[in-house]
Order: sequence, then structure tokens, then C-alpha cells
Amino acid sequence: MAVAEKRIFRIEIDERLCKGCSLCVDFCPTNVLTMDGNMVAVKELDACNGCQLCDNRCPDFAIQVFEE
Amino acid sequence: MSRPAEEIKPLAKKKKKAPFNYSPYVRGGKLPHIWCPGCGHGIVLKCLLRAIHTTGLLRDDIAMVSGIGCSSRTPGYVDFNTLHTLHGRALAYATGLKLAKPRLNVIVTTGDGDALAIGGNHFIHACRRNMDMTILVYNNAVYGMTSGQASPTTPPGKISTTSRNGSIEPPFDTCSLARAAGATFVARGTAYHFQELEKVIYEAIMHKGTSVVDIIDACPTYYGRFNKYKSPTEMMEKIEKEGTVSVKQVDKLSPEELEGKLLRGILHKSDRPEYCAEYQKLMTKVQAK
Repeated sequence: MAVAEKRIFRIEIDERLCKGCSLCVDFCPTNVLTMDGNMVAVKELDACNGCQLCDNRCPDFAIQVFEE
Repeated sequence: MSRPAEEIKPLAKKKKKAPFNYSPYVRGGKLPHIWCPGCGHGIVLKCLLRAIHTTGLLRDDIAMVSGIGCSSRTPGYVDFNTLHTLHGRALAYATGLKLAKPRLNVIVTTGDGDALAIGGNHFIHACRRNMDMTILVYNNAVYGMTSGQASPTTPPGKISTTSRNGSIEPPFDTCSLARAAGATFVARGTAYHFQELEKVIYEAIMHKGTSVVDIIDACPTYYGRFNKYKSPTEMMEKIEKEGTVSVKQVDKLSPEELEGKLLRGILHKSDRPEYCAEYQKLMTKVQAK
């Protein structure tokens, strides 16, 4: 039986652009992200399913998800 | 009997997901932008860039015009032909620009105050002429840049700097106004529903004639703080998600469920002679005499 290959993602956060509005943290369906002070940080990368909601709802061009 | 090994095809490799590359469209050195944390304008700008990418237009074929206000800072961050003009007069400049260079695709980014109050007259006459341009009204129901005064779209009962006990004025419905004034493409989107917004903006750019898109987004700094919204997320959910209904769902809902909700989607589309084409016809006729 073929098992679907585990997809690995890489989340890039531009610390120069992030303003800490927490929209990405609140909208992430799998709770990958967390707030670290006034900046977003990756908490659990394994849970990421690559839906790109954080990228699409980020007003600051600060976060992007790449598939490895 | 099991199949021979060569008949078993390997699983087709899925195409890897890659994020949209905004860098060709953004003036990199200008970021970070001036908009406050959680402001919806950034989300709308990203939808606009993706829509423009889908149209396949060259960067040099697009002219972006704006007036004054938070929303009108948009052309400063994008790498097209851009024009930042007087308060409320973006549409007047855009009209002149389109007449001088009809090949350009003119996109006007304006706010609710800029388009409907200070530039109200220009707005209705731009719709009346049906010149081929796209008007994007970033509607956050407040004058964000000058510290949160009530705008023509502030809902009744909502608090702003100039309505400390709740606004008593009935607001404008941008879409009804544009339609009544004669715009041939009228639509509404929200920053929350980014996929819908992207499609609507794409349709608006491709439409021949005046296209008006009313974009509901949130101003957490003033509107949100005055009206006791806890976070930008809560604002997006309460105002944009719960406050709007898609035109596709309207038939399924009762009048009670629809009360107080704004419709989103393409609300009106019609065909009428376009101003630049008519002007060209007139010129040909007059010069032949």
C-alpha cells in the first residue's frame, strides 16, 4: 500500500516587516504559530499543512510558507 | 495473481506548493508600509497584486492613481505607473490620464472618505461617464489617517472621534450609489474573503467600463478601539465574516437573517458605450468634415 509522503514545509518570517498584529496566529487552523513578544514565531512546524492562510491574511508581506 | 511489477506506476509526484512572489510588483525599499498592525489594507493590496498577475498585464500598462488617506498610500508601494494626487480628486486625475493615454489600464485606489465625501461629486460623475477604469474603495468606515472621524459609511450607532455618542447619520451604500450613478460593474468584497476579493478585482480590471469595488476592511486603531473590538481578528470576524452575505446565498436565507448584512460578490454588470471609445468616434466624425 502506498503511503502518502509526509510533506515538509518551511515558514519564513521577515522580522523587519512583521508588526505583530497576530492575525496569522489567530487564523492558523493547526496552531503552528505563536506570539513571541511583539513578533510571530513558529511553535510547531510539524503541524503545518501548507494552507497558506497565514500568508494570505498577513497585511505586512511578512510571512510565507514554502514546501521543501 | 499479482500484476507484474512494471505495470505498477509510481505515485505521481504532487506539485510543490509555492507562495506567490510579490517582489516583481512591490517597490522593495518602501516596505514596511505605514499601515497600522492588523490593518486590512495590506491584505487588499496583496489581493490586488495577485489579481493583476492573473490578468497578465505588463507593469508598464497599468497606472495606479490615488488621492489622500490611508488607502491612498497604496501606489507608493507598487511598481507600476503611479500618481498620488489631491484629496478626493483621484478620479479627476484618472479621467484626464485615461483620456490622454487610453491604452493604460487605470486603477484608482481610494478610501471611503476620499471617494464618497471629499470626492463624492467626482465619484458619481466618473460612474456616469462610464470611462474604462477600476475604482477600488477601501471602506473601513472611518477617516483613519486623521485620527478616526466619522465617514459617510460609518454605520449608525458607531463611535468615532466626531460622534462620541454614536453616529446618527444614515450611511451611504457605496454599491447602490455607484449603480444608481451608472457604473457598469459594481461589486463588493472583504479583506477576510481574500479569494473572492481576488476574483472580483480580476473581473473588475477586465471589465470594459467603470468598475467599482467596495472593499470592506477593518481599522483596528481607531474604529476598533472606539467600538470595543478586542483584536484585528475579532474585527475581521464580526464585521467582514458575520456582517456580509455572498450573493450566491441570498435566495436560501430569510429576510430576518439578511437584515443588517451587506451583500458581497458581483452585484451588477451591464454593457453601455464606453467614454473613450465614444470620444474617439466623435473625433473621427468631426475630423472627417
